[in-house]
Amino acid sequence: MLEIKGIWKTFNAGTVNEKVALKGVSLTLKDGEFVTVIGGNGAGKSTLMNAVAGVYPVDQGSIIIDGVDVTGLPEYKRAPYIGRVFQDPMMGTAATMQIEENMALAARRGQGRGLRSGITKAERERYREMLAALGLGLEDRMTSKVGLLSGGQRQALTLLMATLRKPKLLLLDEHTAALDPKTAAKVLETTETIIQRDQLTTLMITHNMRDAIAHGTRLIMMYEGRVAIDISGEEKKKLTVEGLLEMFSKVSGSTEADDKLLLS
Amino acid sequence: MGFLSALLNSLPGAVAQGLVWGIMAIGVYITFRILDVADLTVDGSIATGGAVVVMLIRGGCNVWLALLCAFLAGMLAGMVTGLFHTLCGIPAILSGILTQLSLYSINLRILGAANQAISVDKYDLLVSQRFVRMLDGSNPLVLLVIISVVVIAILYWFFGTELGSALRATGSNENMARAQGINTNFTKVLGLMLSNGMVAVAGGLLAQYQGFADVKMGQGAIVIGLAAVIIGEVIFGRIFRNFALKLLSVSLGAVIYYMVIQIVLRLGLNTDDLKLLTAVVVAIFLAVPYWKQKYFHGKSRTNAVRAEIGGSKNA
Repeated sequence: MLEIKGIWKTFNAGTVNEKVALKGVSLTLKDGEFVTVIGGNGAGKSTLMNAVAGVYPVDQGSIIIDGVDVTGLPEYKRAPYIGRVFQDPMMGTAATMQIEENMALAARRGQGRGLRSGITKAERERYREMLAALGLGLEDRMTSKVGLLSGGQRQALTLLMATLRKPKLLLLDEHTAALDPKTAAKVLETTETIIQRDQLTTLMITHNMRDAIAHGTRLIMMYEGRVAIDISGEEKKKLTVEGLLEMFSKVSGSTEADDKLLLS
Repeated sequence: MGFLSALLNSLPGAVAQGLVWGIMAIGVYITFRILDVADLTVDGSIATGGAVVVMLIRGGCNVWLALLCAFLAGMLAGMVTGLFHTLCGIPAILSGILTQLSLYSINLRILGAANQAISVDKYDLLVSQRFVRMLDGSNPLVLLVIISVVVIAILYWFFGTELGSALRATGSNENMARAQGINTNFTKVLGLMLSNGMVAVAGGLLAQYQGFADVKMGQGAIVIGLAAVIIGEVIFGRIFRNFALKLLSVSLGAVIYYMVIQIVLRLGLNTDDLKLLTAVVVAIFLAVPYWKQKYFHGKSRTNAVRAEIGGSKNA
């Protein structure tokens, strides 16, 4: 479903701030695979995700989604294939627009937008049911501005919007990191439910090792712009935090990184 | 008594001017509030609209057709600003300034002189200052009210469509808009075109109303437009929630602005000081929300806490 072939990305090339964020990353996701991504700060996790989403072009390599080479496509042209939830709850929704308007925008992701009505009555009914399923009481506030919602509510809504049209690929960029633990757990639970229901091919970055182990069918750890560890199947199911740390020490050749990784 | 009757006499004119500028201000509202861009093109495109209308009517063109041409000319100006911004990566405010400057030359070319008159005696104009106190159909207020209502209705419809929603999303959160597959460069250019098209139409009406087009008629137009937007929001913001009513409040804001101007002029303010006064008023109204948030937000919260703890009366 997703094929990343040897992508390189350098920021501020030729300056003192030059940073090679991705060093030839290759990764292939099978249809329906749910991959959790961990790694310390600066390991290249977010860069990888943004490169796939098309936020910036890559220097080398190619990105293929469902057989379509999207490497040269701008962000908005990749939108038909990709659903995204960002770390910042402010980023995934339009704060000055209503809940139902936000959903209607998401329902038209990747489609031509003409002079038809921006939202229909039938849509409203559908959205009401979907919101009710979230269990946050949002179904009674459909004409409220999204800016009035809490961070957790906004993330749950963004998640709903990202999957409103079934995406070929779901990108979750630490989407629970800005939430309090209880809300984060709830949003993660909703995430799991939706991914299972729609059998979505997913790439989920997380800071939390436990979450990375508990969720998904495959786990990759990034280190210095490369995929350092790639575990799936039975091995992934048996994985523990201690085991993961041990593996990481072997890969990075140091134990000092442990704390940094855990804390970051 | 003399003061009052003079004031009453000047009010119809103020309302008519306000309605014309209200259409312009609705254009400013599209960029400033919906697209979240301060577009300075309007100082030039309002004069372009006036110039196009005056020259076309003088050349024997139908008045409505002339207005349509003004709309298209304004859209073209907006497109240039939009392309400066999106294609060339020039900051929006500077893009507008560049277009505005170049329009000065273009407007001179269109007019062939610094100003051109268009007399209501010779031509069949839609609106004219001369009839503003008439009590029949020739009174420009009737048509101006109708045009304002039609403009608001069309925009209300447009911003409810898929495309209009995409435009609103672009102004609200560009990241989100792109993630939903909206080409934000396109929507920005479209918004600037729509806005400047309307501003040019207002310019075309203004030129007819005052009986001439002048290359300098747009000087400071953006500030007047902003004044109308802000006055509308301050006065009607709490009661007008619906989008159509918000647009109406911009129009009413412009009318109130011109009524206040008439009053202060009658009270003895020098016309030369008018632009200074307008700029100061707009600056204050733009600053107040910022100050409120920065300096009073914390205070009101502690007051609320105090009220919870001590039941203080003044909180």
